[in-house]
Amino acid sequence: MRYVDEFRDRAKADVLIKAIEQLLARMKRDETRPLQIMEVCGGHTHSIFRYGVEGMLPKSIELVHGPGCPVCVLPMGRVDDGVAIAERPEVIFATFGDAMRVPGSRKSLLQAKADGCDVRMVYSPMDALALARRNPEREVVFFGIGFETTMPSTALTVLQAEREGIENFSIFCNHITIVPTIKAILDSPDLRLDGFLGPGHVSMVIGDAPYEFIARYYKRPMVIAGFEPLDILQSIWMLLKQIDEGRCEIENQYTRVAAREGNSIALQAVARVYELREFFEWRGLGSIDHSGVKIRDAYGRFDAERKFAVPNARIADPKSCQCGEVLKGVIKPWQCKVFGRACTPETPLGALMVSSEGACAAYYQYGGVKRGRDEAEASVA
Amino acid sequence: MCLGIPGCIVSIDNADDLVATVDVSGVRRQINISCVVDEAHPVESCVGDWVLVHVGFAMSRINEVEAAETLRLLRELGDLQAELENMQRPTDVVAAEEQGL
Repeated sequence: MRYVDEFRDRAKADVLIKAIEQLLARMKRDETRPLQIMEVCGGHTHSIFRYGVEGMLPKSIELVHGPGCPVCVLPMGRVDDGVAIAERPEVIFATFGDAMRVPGSRKSLLQAKADGCDVRMVYSPMDALALARRNPEREVVFFGIGFETTMPSTALTVLQAEREGIENFSIFCNHITIVPTIKAILDSPDLRLDGFLGPGHVSMVIGDAPYEFIARYYKRPMVIAGFEPLDILQSIWMLLKQIDEGRCEIENQYTRVAAREGNSIALQAVARVYELREFFEWRGLGSIDHSGVKIRDAYGRFDAERKFAVPNARIADPKSCQCGEVLKGVIKPWQCKVFGRACTPETPLGALMVSSEGACAAYYQYGGVKRGRDEAEASVA
Repeated sequence: MCLGIPGCIVSIDNADDLVATVDVSGVRRQINISCVVDEAHPVESCVGDWVLVHVGFAMSRINEVEAAETLRLLRELGDLQAELENMQRPTDVVAAEEQGL
């Protein structure tokens, strides 16, 4: 496995781990349970597994891998709608590569492509707009997914299409917003989380202010964190320091990229093109109020949902999945009934097995299966 | 998608649409720089700036030392190669079209 050994900053990491251990030793806390810290963002989950961060931490800290992987939380019904659009003969369906394998109830986009649909992987929504420019006789639809990190990119692409008068381009908008979902997690009765690592690149766009309620009303600390292992360790130390000192604040460890006030140009573009949906469906979490955005009426001609009257399929998550409980930190991935058996990265059943940013896929790929079985056996014995 | 990759702006290609070329570890591609151009950073001053690029958009200005460190870590773990391949993908799309595929 390619981690830890190749991690050259190990000496600096050791200093931080020592500081974390010292803080833990002097903290007054309930020692019958570990401190649970949720990293909200899938990018953090990816880094944590890639660099083996969990293995470096003392056992009394447990990282709970949150819902911040947009590919993972995309519900089956929306994939089905995307496939239905892609199946139209006039459509070129452009998507980020990450979304290709997400299972729908009938098929994934990858299977749709194999069945003859014109599905193209692109790096940027601007590349999809270029496809529309070069193929005026076709309808180019871009599969818009992601949190606030990618929301400005599709908003700016719509504004560019408008400026150029390109009419054969639209967005199938599945953008979601993280704050209502953090609130939903905080409202859940089985919640045990002690603090949050805040999503660095979402914060780069939205700034610190939208998280204030977490500290003020829910009395939980948050540290907006960068994605490198030292960033994550330093942020955990900052969180522990807050808990130790009885503070609940929104702190920012990632100021080198994420300004406190966010990016106003990006926010303006988002506000111009998008408005909140009443609710949006999340795989594993169900429907959450105001957690998605849609294209405003003024830009309705760039909205694939209006252009193609999508079926708006609502498909329930498979019953055997326990993604919701994993997301809230109630169980670990390996404690799910179908983990590694009916649900694997090749044939994912649940949201969290879909992308390498999902907690279950990360556990599966980076040796978590073994660790999980060991721990399960230990608890039986 | 959410990772972000550091690149250095090497030319401004269209000042009206705010299109620039970045160099990421030797690979060049066009990106949009709308989100990093403001009164303090007019478009013509952006050449030489290091930015964090997400899905073809510069989303934040970063300093050169941090950019180099981030690139080193991404390279160490193999994430850099995947992202560079991703960034070069549109060329393939164009090529496929030109061949009438």
